[in-house]
Order: sequence, then C-alpha cells, then structure tokens
Amino acid sequence: MIDRKDVEHVARLTRLALTEEELERMREQLNSILTHLDTLRGVDTEGVEPTAHAVDLVNVMREDEVEPCLPQDSMLANAPDRSGELFRVPRIIEE
Amino acid sequence: MIHQPIHTLADAYRRGDLTPTAVAEAYLARIDALDRRVRAYLTIVREQALAAARESERRWRAGTPRGPLDGAPIALKDVLCTRGVRTTAGSKILDTFVPPYDATVVERLRAAGAVILGKTNLDEFAMGSSTEHSGFHPTRNPWDLTRVPGGSSGGSAAAVAAGMAAGGFGTDTGGSIRQPAAFCGVVGMKPTYGRVSRYGVVALASSLDQVGPFAQDVTDAAHLLGAVAGHDRRDATSIPAPVPDYAAELAKGVAGLTLGLPDEYFIDGMDPDVERAVRAAIEVLKGLGARVESVSLPTTRHALAAYYVILPAEASSNLARYDGVKFGLRVSAHDLVGMESRTRAAGFGAEVKRRIMLGTYALSAGYYDAYYGKAQSVRTLVRREFAAAFARVDLIVAPTTPNVAFKLGEKEDPLSMYLNDVFTIPGNLSGITGVSVPCGFSVSGLPIGLQILGRPLDEARVLRAAYAYEQATSWRGRRPDLP
Repeated sequence: MIDRKDVEHVARLTRLALTEEELERMREQLNSILTHLDTLRGVDTEGVEPTAHAVDLVNVMREDEVEPCLPQDSMLANAPDRSGELFRVPRIIEE
Repeated sequence: MIHQPIHTLADAYRRGDLTPTAVAEAYLARIDALDRRVRAYLTIVREQALAAARESERRWRAGTPRGPLDGAPIALKDVLCTRGVRTTAGSKILDTFVPPYDATVVERLRAAGAVILGKTNLDEFAMGSSTEHSGFHPTRNPWDLTRVPGGSSGGSAAAVAAGMAAGGFGTDTGGSIRQPAAFCGVVGMKPTYGRVSRYGVVALASSLDQVGPFAQDVTDAAHLLGAVAGHDRRDATSIPAPVPDYAAELAKGVAGLTLGLPDEYFIDGMDPDVERAVRAAIEVLKGLGARVESVSLPTTRHALAAYYVILPAEASSNLARYDGVKFGLRVSAHDLVGMESRTRAAGFGAEVKRRIMLGTYALSAGYYDAYYGKAQSVRTLVRREFAAAFARVDLIVAPTTPNVAFKLGEKEDPLSMYLNDVFTIPGNLSGITGVSVPCGFSVSGLPIGLQILGRPLDEARVLRAAYAYEQATSWRGRRPDLP
C-alpha cells in the first residue's frame, strides 16, 4: 500500500502540482490499480530474461554526416517565451 | 460518393465519373452537417484539402495519378505531426502547438496524393479506450450517439464509419486502432511493431506504439498500409524489410491455412452476442477451406497487468518533455520547478496524471524490479507463447473486444476501462500484427469485430484472411443510420 507521503513524493518527482483533493484521490486510485498489478507476483519468471522491445534490432548505426536540419526560427516558433535565439525560463540560480 | 471505398473512388476518377475536388467538397460538406453531433474532428483543414484535391484532379486528368490513394479524402489522428497544422495529441498542454515538420507517415501520404481533411479526436495522449478523455470534447459512436466510439483513436474510427472520411490513420499501443474499429464497424489494422515509422508521432509508450490504417474495407486497408509501411532512417526501431504488395496478395484465399483459436480469448463475462458472432465468423472461414486448431496462450491473463506497468513507465518518461519550456502551455511561477509543476498540473487531464504518477512510482528506487523488471519478463512469456502458437498455426482468430460499445460515462473506474483492451494488449506486448474486421452486430444493433493476429511482418496473410471473410459476408454494406 502506498500512503499519502509516497504520493506527495512521486508528485514532486513528476513535477505535478496536485491539489489536496487530487492527492487523496490519487492515493486511492493508485492503491486500487497497484493491487491489480500485484497479481504479477504470482507469475513464475525464474530465469526468464526481460523483453524491452519486440524487435531484435540493436545499435542501428549510420554515417555521422552533416545534413540539412530545421531552421532555428522554426524550432523557436512554439516557445512560450524566448529571448533572441534562446528559450527563456524563470531564474534557476539566485544572484 | 460518401461511403464509397477509396479503391472505388479511384476507379471513378480514372473513368472521369468523379473528381477529387467534388469528392473533397462533398466530404467537407458532410463534416459541416454531421460533426456537430459526432465530434470526430479537432481541426479541419478545408483550404489545404481543397488545394490537394485540385492537384490530384490535375494528375488524374493528365493520366498521371500517383497510385490508388491519389485523391482519397482521409483523416489523421491528432498525434501525427502535420507541418503548419496544429497537433494537440488531444491535450490542452499542446493546444497551440504547430509542428515545424510532417511525420514520415504524413509525408508518405502526401506523396501518394491523399487529401488530408483534418485531425481527429483521441483520448488525451492516446491514454484511454473511449475518446471520452480528450482534453477537448468526447467523440460519439455513429451507430448510437449515446455510446463511445472506442479509443484512443475514436475520432478516426468514427469519421470513417460516419462517412466523414474515406479512410483514416490512428495509433495502436494497446488496441487503440483495433478496438475503435470493432466498436465503429470498420476495418482497423495494427501493423507489426517497426513496420511503420514512428518519426513525428507524439509518443505514448515507445516500445508499443505503432501507426496503422482505418478503412471501409480490407482492400483499402491494404492500400493505406502499403503507402506508409517501410523502413525510415529517422526511426531507429523501423524494420529494414521490403514491403510486399498487400493488395496483390488479397485474393489468395484461406484454403489450406491453419487458424489458431485461443481458449483464453473466450472469457466469463464477455457479451454473448460477441462470442456468437466471432464463433460464426470462424465457421465461415472453415467453410472457405481454413483448418482450425485450438492454441494455448495462458499468460494472456497477466498481460493486462504487465501492460499497465510498462505503458505508464514509458509514458511517464516520454511526457517529461512537456515542461513549459520549448513548446506548449506555460503557467508562470517565480521559479523553474514551480513553473513546470503548475504547467503540468494545468495542462494534463486526470488519466494522464494518474498514469504519469503510476509509471514514475513503478520506476522509482526500490520498486523497479518488483514492477518494471517483472512486467518485462512477463512480456517475454507472452512473446514466447505467441511464437510457439505460430509454429503450429498460420494465424490466430479471436474477438477484438469482450463487449460492444458502451455508454458515455459508463466506465468511471479506471480498472474497468482498462479491461476493454484485454484481447488487444497481448499483440502490442509481443509486437505482432493484427486486424479487426467487422463480423456482425449485437441484438441491439452495435458492430462486433473479429480479430485476426499474425506473425511479425505477416500483414499480407492477415489481410488475405480478412479479405476472404469480408468477401464471403455482407457486413461491410451496413452503415450507421445518420442523415
């Protein structure tokens, strides 16, 4: 079972500012879903290697060549806030 | 011209009986008249569609069409990036996002001459099975407007069923093409993982997501898949295998093929109408010369739990990018963490928040092995069971869903919603291909889907069986009763 403190911790990790009501509902729903997911413990997976991907492709390589790419302006066009060629964000380091 | 399959439209263009412009205008007029009630679309691109239709018309007139999709009016799920056209993924957090490039799928469809009508609705970030949980509005099932069209690609399925697009595209991560196709009475195909490029597709769970078509019949599905399938160097998981001519293989029939029937796909609590229709469909395939054998896929009952660990884990990582910095919504705050946390709280809906929380928890220190590691091993068991079954049989036949379309608001509990995908999820976990083809109606008049699953990269055989069944029955002639 996960408690209120766990939920608040995960909300911080995921950068979600949840309300009191959301935190409480999340605790209830996550517990109910996790109870179902715990049925996995009953499956015998001794010696079974994990599958991360259904396709047996690994390390697809290509030549490291310079190619045309999207212009800077088009990459900045969706920015909520920008300053010249930069994405602007609230101050991270105090003066 | 509405409700004509794309291959029929192409024949009419060739003869000069119809023009792509007239067809595009008819579709846009029908969307204007009908979509206030169905609400399949999030964005209509009227001027672009008409311009593309005029180009197509010139090519048909000059006798130089680009192929069977030239002039075909189609709808795209709003997770496929379209250059210069808003792409929302059904989320308020991307309300104003205008991609600077086309997804590979979109690029290939434009090159094939398809006429894109607009972008269709979905459950936010493709998380859902009903298209009720769009950040904008729910979509309704054209067969019964009080019911859901399925999801998450419910907008594309409903648009094709209602005659508001001749074909469409969606994405299938746990059944999001096959389940709405079943609920809306159209053909929907999930290709093999890696068969179609994911470049430019808003990511949900990167090891499961796959793009595929919605169609009015199997022939159209073959053409739509053929146009987008194939290797793409911009997607490292795309398979470098040649693309067969799917349409040319369709008429080969099912005589001599062995179909596997998994006991685990006929469960307590499933709708008796669904079981009856699917078993009758299997009799039709037997009558066409297929042999049927029982196969065992015992880990099916754990697939749902494994999926609901793997999907939220991958999604929580993929959705970390929506932080109010480079694109999308921003809610201001005096510091960076505050800005990110308020932006994400305001921009994401309840189901998205739930899955991000669940995925982050499952990946967090102390729980990784118990949840994520365990689920990945269960995934291996699911793959092995399919591989063992496909060593004995050519295809697997089963219901697409345990039930027909449910009412809006009927499944408020997240777990009961998740159970809808119990027959489609194993196909995503194992990366194989599958189609849902209409196989009848419930007593209440709602469509039912037959699911045909095949080996990796065996789309041609899957489509061939679906075609044989379709040609032997008359379900595709039935349309929802919409004025």
